[in-house]
Amino acid sequence: MTALQIDTLDVWFGDGYDRVDAVKGASFAVAEGESFGLVGESGSGKSTILRAITGLAPAWSGSIIVEGMALTGRKRNRAFYKTVQMVFQDPYASLHPRHTVDQVLSETLTLHGLTDIDTRVMKLLDDVGLGGKFRFRYPHQLSGGQRQRVAIARALAGEPDILLLDEPTSALDVSVQAEILNLLTDLRDEHGLTYLMVSHDLAVIGHMCDRLAVMKEGEIVEVMTADTLRQNNAQHPYSRELLNASIVA
Amino acid sequence: MSELTLRQWLLTDAPTSRRHARLASLYQGWLTLRGNTMAMFGLGILIALVLMALMAPLLAPYDPFVQDLSNRLQPLGTEGHLLGTDSLGRDILSRLIYGSRITLYIVALVALIAPVAGLLVGTVAGYAGGWVDVVLMRITDIFLAFPRLVLALAFVAALGAGIENAVLAISLTAWPPYARIARAETLTIRSSDYISAIRLQGAGPLRIITKHIWPLCISSLIVRVTLDMAGIILAAAGLGFLGLGAQPPSPEWGAMISEGRRFILDHWWVATMPGLAIFTVSLAFNLLGDGLRDVLDPKDDNR
Repeated sequence: MTALQIDTLDVWFGDGYDRVDAVKGASFAVAEGESFGLVGESGSGKSTILRAITGLAPAWSGSIIVEGMALTGRKRNRAFYKTVQMVFQDPYASLHPRHTVDQVLSETLTLHGLTDIDTRVMKLLDDVGLGGKFRFRYPHQLSGGQRQRVAIARALAGEPDILLLDEPTSALDVSVQAEILNLLTDLRDEHGLTYLMVSHDLAVIGHMCDRLAVMKEGEIVEVMTADTLRQNNAQHPYSRELLNASIVA
Repeated sequence: MSELTLRQWLLTDAPTSRRHARLASLYQGWLTLRGNTMAMFGLGILIALVLMALMAPLLAPYDPFVQDLSNRLQPLGTEGHLLGTDSLGRDILSRLIYGSRITLYIVALVALIAPVAGLLVGTVAGYAGGWVDVVLMRITDIFLAFPRLVLALAFVAALGAGIENAVLAISLTAWPPYARIARAETLTIRSSDYISAIRLQGAGPLRIITKHIWPLCISSLIVRVTLDMAGIILAAAGLGFLGLGAQPPSPEWGAMISEGRRFILDHWWVATMPGLAIFTVSLAFNLLGDGLRDVLDPKDDNR
């Protein structure tokens, strides 16, 4: 079954002469339980696709279907928030500076109408490998990796099926990156999640994803499997260029 | 629990309960504030002012309303009248002590009304955007376009003279800058990732504004309020001076200056003493406001 289907998606900012097309005619489908990657250099529109799905992008056209629900405009209903959650790029910006970890998680749980908040908060913290001693800390008392774990715990609080990952490791140290990526892999196995992951790092995508799409200037130039990537069999010249660049680096 | 372990408990990096986390964070703030000598000086003056107002009947050597015409316009340091007497022979020190009650009353009322109104208007305008923003901010602009004291005068003239109406008039003219600040803060906050994140959890605008935007705006408003307090006290004194605020024989400091004006050349202390009182309290609020800015600034990540 398809978890997420996107057809001829256009996303743009501004109107008239100021109009900037960030995404042009993007189409792809993510199967249930699959991990799908979006790669491209900065400004290629990959994060904008995630923002369009979650209703954070200003204007879009085309079709986005999430588990059979067709989305319209910028409004999303409760069922959507229960199905799709997002982990943001910068853990230093995605946590409220005046809320403790406990406040962040229990508010999220309350919003999803769940009961038994105390035990659930503890379970979430255990799930992301933080444990109870971090429960009442403020974000400024946490490291970047710990913050990102809290952000992942928040995304998992409503028990979603699909997780949108917007460069979840690009703001972190290399050693911490690996930890977070392993955590995400484990969580996916445990909870049977579907991932749509955005990254400019081909190595990360190759490690995490089953299939990937390469984006350039708002368009998807090639969709391939991770095996194709590993065997260095990319077809499109831009994909090859990206691949070579990452091998050299 | 001994002093040392209480301190350790408050300074811990791993709080064990919600209350603990809140207390620890408050204590950190207090330590920062305590490190600022000038702010502590201001805080000390304000605490003294509050105590003075509370214990006015015990502290004041005379009744502030009792006249003694044979003893009028006595200079500073007169036997029994440390700060001299005014044109009706009333003890100036006693009047200053009782006047602190009125000053605190004005400050407290304005501090309750103006920033709250400004916060409401500003955050709603900033978060909602679109025509709501346009309408609310144009109303704010209209209020801002009037000279403050003149607008307050008009309100007092319409509502009638008196301390409550003066407070109301000052509040009505004081909220627009708070609305501007709150809106500007909201605009920077509302596009941040943590607001997007809570929106993705299905939070409505009411929850986002009250629980996520207010806590971040309030700190800069508190700082601004303490810095404005001097202006508010002066505006109240100005209205009192013009005879539109506190009415005689009330020992309001502005009204006292107004009364002393007639003798300012020959008997300077009658107007100067309440002037010094206004100056001291205004300065104290400014110093405290400066210190609070260091403690409360949400952009400071080191805390």
